[in-house]
Amino acid sequence: MPSLMRALRLPQNDPLAIIGVTIYVVFLLVALFADVLASDPFEILFTEDGNLAANLPPSLAYPLGTTNLGRDIFSQLVIGTRSAFLVGLTAAGAVVALGTIVGLVSGYFGGLTDQILMRLADIALGIPFLPFVIVLAAFLGPQTQNVVLAITVLLWPNTARVIRSQVLTLRERGFVEAARVAGSSDLRIIRVHIAPNIMPLSLLYGSIAIGWAILTEASISFLGFGPSDSISWGGMLQDAYASQALSRGSYYWFIPPGLCIVLVVVAGFFISRGYEEILFPKLKD
Amino acid sequence: MRSVAIRFAQMLLVLWAVATILFFLFRLMPGDPTLAYIDTTFTAEQQEELMRQFGLDRSLAEQYLLYFANVIQGEFGTSFRSKRPVFTIIFEVLPNTLALTVLSITIAYIFGVLVGAWLAWRRGSIAEAVGIPLVLTLRAAPEFWLGMVLLAIFAFGLGWLPSGGANSAGMQFSSTFDRLTSPDFLRHLILPAATLALYLQGLPLLLMRSNMLDVLQEDYVMMARMKGLPEWRILLLHAARNALLPVVTAFALGLGASVGGNVVVETVFSWPGLGRVLVDAVASSDYPLAQGAFMFIALILIVMNFVADLLYTVLDPRVSHG
Repeated sequence: MPSLMRALRLPQNDPLAIIGVTIYVVFLLVALFADVLASDPFEILFTEDGNLAANLPPSLAYPLGTTNLGRDIFSQLVIGTRSAFLVGLTAAGAVVALGTIVGLVSGYFGGLTDQILMRLADIALGIPFLPFVIVLAAFLGPQTQNVVLAITVLLWPNTARVIRSQVLTLRERGFVEAARVAGSSDLRIIRVHIAPNIMPLSLLYGSIAIGWAILTEASISFLGFGPSDSISWGGMLQDAYASQALSRGSYYWFIPPGLCIVLVVVAGFFISRGYEEILFPKLKD
Repeated sequence: MRSVAIRFAQMLLVLWAVATILFFLFRLMPGDPTLAYIDTTFTAEQQEELMRQFGLDRSLAEQYLLYFANVIQGEFGTSFRSKRPVFTIIFEVLPNTLALTVLSITIAYIFGVLVGAWLAWRRGSIAEAVGIPLVLTLRAAPEFWLGMVLLAIFAFGLGWLPSGGANSAGMQFSSTFDRLTSPDFLRHLILPAATLALYLQGLPLLLMRSNMLDVLQEDYVMMARMKGLPEWRILLLHAARNALLPVVTAFALGLGASVGGNVVVETVFSWPGLGRVLVDAVASSDYPLAQGAFMFIALILIVMNFVADLLYTVLDPRVSHG
């Protein structure tokens, strides 16, 4: 664990950050070994006397009971880990990569480039987030990559704006000036002198973006615009909602997927606070 | 004054850009472009009328110009399903959305500001060690799931509150105001508003707390301490006032964003609002209605972004926009 914290550049004595990283590690292991832990989530189960095993409460055979169509809820929960990570990691990676590049270019070069990029950021922030994702998912088709695309197109400005303002101050610092006088190219200055200094900031926004992406994907699936061929936590919740699990009081069906979303998203928040402590140490004492 | 004019121009630019994106977005969908406005169930006269109004038989450039002329006049066409003007439908549900949003965000910000200031004051205490992770956990919970849990407990489990809608079936009211202030409406409002407030309180709380921590280090707070003022006076009259500024801006931003973000809460509670109209319209391929609802949500968001920008400059004279 300590070496993992070091690799992620996190403070090693921050309890919340350690909890966050632990949650991620556990869920990543579950996602990797999902096939071993779960049986086929689409399989329709029958009881020994040949009846459909629908709406069964938790038991040894089905730790979280079964759905109204006789499917094993525990298996769905385990397999759902995969789509959560798939969406969370790809969308966060794309958001941070785009945001960081735009922020670097905008802050370093300034002028007209900066003006255009920042107006684009204004426009992206003027588009209502969930409605846009819904419309895009509905028109382009309910595939995971379209949800990721919509998240990326709208969420990069937050990262870009913060990175930009950080680059603006870095640009004026002595070591950058020195590199420029020594004849370093722009690309080299950005790569060697500026980019390493904004790494923790990018990681901070990345750890928050994972959470946003997972929440967004869950909302889209809940509204019925998510990928229908795979199992996701949001999809499970929609299933439970649509088949009256609430009025039947089937808590074992709709509580676990929600808790899993909360755990993964809050892990990102905990980790992001670890980065904040590095970036803004005055709050620490 | 000049900076206000620049901000206003930027707002118009964003409005234009978003409307343009919407125009092309609704031509992305599969099939015949006239589908954006015309449904086969319309009568021949209706179809012809819409063809003319939106120039659907003309070039893309002409359609684009007509689209803007129509948008500015609030003309979004006719809903495929209900065969009524989109504008009328939107104005019917707008009060529901506004009532829900304004009430829950107000509760969330009052609670968040008070608790945030208190947690800053109790820095390093057990209250902080428990409170911060708890707030972060609530913020991590999907809104629709919070709503589902509340529904299962209070509507289905205990039977205290209605499970959906904004009014009981068969209720008659003489005016919108009567309806929005009736006990029946307020009873329906409790659960969705509680859900939204629970979700929204985290941001003002954390923001207020970190601002307070910053402000408490300022010289004028030190000065007040040295004068021997009581702690509550320092906290409320000297520190909280200044720590509140960024929260006011966040309130305006949050109000704009929440109208669009209500989509899921309105769906969980079958709340007849703008967000649910959008979801239903998209799901049933009612394109004119979807387009109109989207444009309205965007309009509210963009105007509130502008208001937040202005508030920021007005409240904190140190900030000036170039």
